[in-house]
Amino acid sequence: MSLLSVKDASFVYSQKTPFQHTAVDHVSFDVDQGDFIGIIGHTGSGKSTLVQMLNGLLKPTSGSITLDGIDIWDKPKEIRKIRFRVGLVFQYPEYQLFEETVEKDISFGPMNMGLSEDEIKERVQKAAQFVGLNTELLQKSPFDLSGGEKRRAAIAGVIAMDPDILILDEPCAGLDPLGRDVLLTQIYRYHQQRGNTVLLVSHSMEDVAAVCDKALVMDHAHLQMFDTCDRIFSQGDRLASMGLRIPQITSIIDSLIEAGVPLNKGTLTVEKAVHDITEYLKKEGRL
Amino acid sequence: MRDITLGQYFPADSVIHRLDPRVKILSLIAYIVLVFCTFNYYSLALVAAVVLLIVILSKVPLKMYLKSLKVIIVIVVITSLLNLFYGTGEPIFQWGFIKVTWEGIHNAIFVCVRIVCLILCSSVLTFTTSPTDLTDALERLMKPLTIFHVKVHEIAMMMTIALRFVPTLLEETDKIMAAQKARGADMESGNLITRVKALVPILVPLFVSAFRRAYELAVAMECRCYRGGEGRTRMKQLHLAARDYLSIVFTLLVIAGVVLLNVFMNVTV
Repeated sequence: MSLLSVKDASFVYSQKTPFQHTAVDHVSFDVDQGDFIGIIGHTGSGKSTLVQMLNGLLKPTSGSITLDGIDIWDKPKEIRKIRFRVGLVFQYPEYQLFEETVEKDISFGPMNMGLSEDEIKERVQKAAQFVGLNTELLQKSPFDLSGGEKRRAAIAGVIAMDPDILILDEPCAGLDPLGRDVLLTQIYRYHQQRGNTVLLVSHSMEDVAAVCDKALVMDHAHLQMFDTCDRIFSQGDRLASMGLRIPQITSIIDSLIEAGVPLNKGTLTVEKAVHDITEYLKKEGRL
Repeated sequence: MRDITLGQYFPADSVIHRLDPRVKILSLIAYIVLVFCTFNYYSLALVAAVVLLIVILSKVPLKMYLKSLKVIIVIVVITSLLNLFYGTGEPIFQWGFIKVTWEGIHNAIFVCVRIVCLILCSSVLTFTTSPTDLTDALERLMKPLTIFHVKVHEIAMMMTIALRFVPTLLEETDKIMAAQKARGADMESGNLITRVKALVPILVPLFVSAFRRAYELAVAMECRCYRGGEGRTRMKQLHLAARDYLSIVFTLLVIAGVVLLNVFMNVTV
């Protein structure tokens, strides 16, 4: 049985008004324990709405979402328990910080779970470690941190709840290239060490290709593709028709294949490309 | 959060939508005064009928009006009940200190109809006029006040900005609420104190972002050399059309009708 299963779920905003708008249209897919899935799609394709349904912030207008085989809306009064199990980090999460110290802010989630003080302390420390936040920063006011540190603190606030599924909505938006790489590596390491399921919403194909195993493509409220990254990114034309592109390195390799060099379609990382090309050159006796 | 209908523009294509906003504001004032100048049932019925006619002409779904009425239903009920029980005159029904008089009943009906008409009128204005049109019209209408050194343009600009940011801040509130709920914030249960405390995680980020936005807007306006109203021209000029004159004539006729009914139907309450 899959961990999280979305069946025929739709969401309509402002139903029965002139502003009516279908954001997610009859979407079905399954997420297994330990998956690392990238959710990609054009702006307004319904990604954010979809992830907000997954943790019960939005109730699907039709269809269902089940966690461990149980509909998450079975007991609407206990929807908070779902939110602790499916942690969602919003876009620009630094704008939700509010406490006097970073430590208190990270504790907000675990405190709502009703954990003991010692356990909360331990979780805060661990979460701060995972996102690479210095221990001395914990006693500072969150408003005194730099932009990147605020972002980390906010992400730690969700990680501290130790969710079974961690969803991050554009965690790297607005960060400089170095900060982006570091944060991505930390998320990757979090997934490796804890073995938790991670869903990453992103605009950057490079990011998804670098860390995710599978990718889910949304277009105009519909789920278009859901497969492993290499299979998805070997369909450059189809992605292009949805206003998406494939990672730079994948398209370079694609051009080489077109030019007659026998390489693998759907090559996702520069390291793999370098390896394949060296192999090829060696075989040809040119290296 | 989205249920706040008071002051929400509802786009549609109706006669009322196309009227000049200045005419609409002045007519609104006229009708509000008129509602309180009805001294018998005939004039009250006339005003109520006209208000209903305007509501229907506005092509805004009745449900929207009902929603805005829902907000003040408590006030209507309480004031009506107060009027019902505190009327002077011959009691027709008495139970302990509670007595009901004919005068009380009349008063209750009048208060109820007046408040409902009041809300409907103002809803018509806000439903059918976009906020920018509204402040534009207010600026034009207040122009004469510049003689008294009232900074009309600045006031109008502040109102425009305030109105402009209502939906933005609502959206922001929604987002922050969702983010805190995702961290398990509980805003629906508990006693008053816990509920007030539960607002802190929402209000703090909201204020921070409001100040940030204000600062950014000020910088953006300065970058575009904003220096107040002097010498400013406008892209959309307001012109009175035939339908505007017609609606003015109609309002004048209603005023005349109310005066006549007040004077000649001598059933004063």
